[in-house]
Amino acid sequence: MPKVLEFENVSKVFHQGGLLSQTRILANDQVTFHVNKGEIFVLAGESGCGKTTAAKIILGFEDATEGQVIHNEKRGVKERNREVWLTEGVQAIFQDPFATFNPLRVVDRYFFETVKNYKLAKTRADAITLIDEKLQAVGLTYKDIATKYPSEFSGGQLQRISIARALLTDPVVLIADEPVSMVDASLRMSIVNLFRKLRDDFGVSVIYITHDLATAYYVGDQIAIMFRGNIIERGPASEVLMNPLHPYTKLLRESIPEADPDRKWKSDVKLSDAESEDFQRKGCKFAGRCPFVMDVCRTAMPPEYERGEVGVRCYLYAEERTDAEAVTEQTKA
Amino acid sequence: MGEPILRTEKLKAFYHLDVQGDKKIVKAVNDVSLSIYPNEVYGIAGESGCGKSTLLRALYNSIEPPLRLVDGAVYFRVDGKEIDVAKLDPEQRRRLRWEFISYVPQGSMSVLNPVVKLKKTYRDFLESHVGGKTKDDAFAMAKEHLKEVGLPDDVLESYPHQLSGGMRQRVTIALSAILHPQIMIADEPTTALDVVVQRGVVQLLRSIQAKFQNTIIMVTHDMGVHANVADRMGIMYAGHIVEEAPTDDLFKRPQHPYTQYLINSLPQFGDRSKRDSVPGAPPELSNVPEGCPFHPRCPHAMDVCRAKYPQFTQVNENHRAACWLLGGDTNAESA
Repeated sequence: MPKVLEFENVSKVFHQGGLLSQTRILANDQVTFHVNKGEIFVLAGESGCGKTTAAKIILGFEDATEGQVIHNEKRGVKERNREVWLTEGVQAIFQDPFATFNPLRVVDRYFFETVKNYKLAKTRADAITLIDEKLQAVGLTYKDIATKYPSEFSGGQLQRISIARALLTDPVVLIADEPVSMVDASLRMSIVNLFRKLRDDFGVSVIYITHDLATAYYVGDQIAIMFRGNIIERGPASEVLMNPLHPYTKLLRESIPEADPDRKWKSDVKLSDAESEDFQRKGCKFAGRCPFVMDVCRTAMPPEYERGEVGVRCYLYAEERTDAEAVTEQTKA
Repeated sequence: MGEPILRTEKLKAFYHLDVQGDKKIVKAVNDVSLSIYPNEVYGIAGESGCGKSTLLRALYNSIEPPLRLVDGAVYFRVDGKEIDVAKLDPEQRRRLRWEFISYVPQGSMSVLNPVVKLKKTYRDFLESHVGGKTKDDAFAMAKEHLKEVGLPDDVLESYPHQLSGGMRQRVTIALSAILHPQIMIADEPTTALDVVVQRGVVQLLRSIQAKFQNTIIMVTHDMGVHANVADRMGIMYAGHIVEEAPTDDLFKRPQHPYTQYLINSLPQFGDRSKRDSVPGAPPELSNVPEGCPFHPRCPHAMDVCRAKYPQFTQVNENHRAACWLLGGDTNAESA
């Protein structure tokens, strides 16, 4: 399967504070992943894990401190106007549908503007046909949106309208940054079902950035779990979420409130008091809260260990350890 | 269950809006009769714009224009006596707040004063509500209280921005529990929090409830949170409570088509089959459809649904739903 987007050892450093008390925050620490054509790739994690920074780097809003983003297996194509080159193939939708649109502008103007910027149609009639076609893909029509203001739509509708707008350029990759977190649970499914439809009917790859693991499980093909700038576990979504390996993924998975009174939370959870401490930590960033913490965890970030199709960055899965365990088990027996 | 600690009777609270001569009535709470008992967690669920926050405001007795109490009443049971809240004078009302009924706000970011340490916020609060406390007394009381609910007491020495979002929200919850109120009202206490933090916040609410044996009324649209904490639940749609039942019963045997949609549309682990969302969009409360307000989205809509609002049908002792499919008015009692 062709790779439509690759992240190659991308790091991003932010500096916080004044000259004297400056702290360095590694928002992305040598992040590497790739997205195949026609798959839904989920980037999941809590706030402050670097998932939005990754999205901004893909969109060209931020420059990576180190590493490279490769679009369509083309690396470093700089001769063309960078922004146009990027946005033709990559389009984005954002978290708050009410903030996406200017409340004093009719929404169809955004569509005509995109058509004009990318020279997608010659006449107004052609433009309307194109816009109508894209709107129908999300379950609306041009008539529904013509001359209407954002306030006349619900959050779910606006989110679908912004997806339709993003589809105008026939993007290869659609980046959706927390698209459902401001939408009611009952309407969430209409958005994530739409991602399925885009993948199946149009072959669009979707990078679905979310902290909602339930919908991630529902639509995701591949998933990468991020924690404080690192991808700590990645692999097929069904595998990672049904049998999580990393202690942090396990914690996340257990913490999702399931809509089933028979499956309530059993144990209590320990929270970290300050996020910045995690970022400053040497070694595994989760060591401060991990129930299985070992001495080695505090010295260096573990490399990625492979377990079947899943990659996990945790010393619990190091080969030596499994050998050592086997030995102790044998001696016990 | 004994006597209800909070009861509403045919409560109607409408917003009367006048936008440039264009008069509008937003029927946010429409004919709601609820009984909430001591020592229970009562969950209210519904889509945004269904009137659930307004219902909380009416329960908390903070009705201010343009919101008006049009009809009905809210009763509190204070010291064994039932009192009509609307008939209290402002001073009595102020006394009941925080000591009898308290409110956990949604955004802890905007509640705590960012430029003073938390101990000052706590002290100001204690001074105005308990009175006659010295600085040290108030500080000791705040410390004692934080210890009681299991939070580190050194947070009193920090400014709000030094704490994580989850800690701030938990400190806010602790603050609203400091006078051991018999009822705590929480409006979307976990929205916008990460899952792990959300779990911590919900745990705190639950442990406070277990310790003080009080009543918590919680609004959220997250059915997963309800399944985890609520003892009983009410489902709200377009200003009406359309179904009410013990949580277990509600999730296993939802009766109202809207509740069925709400529950069946949730993704479940271990099942990736396609799930449909509730079709259509919730109605605007200024223009609610005739009859049952759910009929334009309901797959089972009949003629009678378009004409008349159904009364509650008692499915079993504790479970009731307002739907014509269940009879609608066979039990003419409008509970």
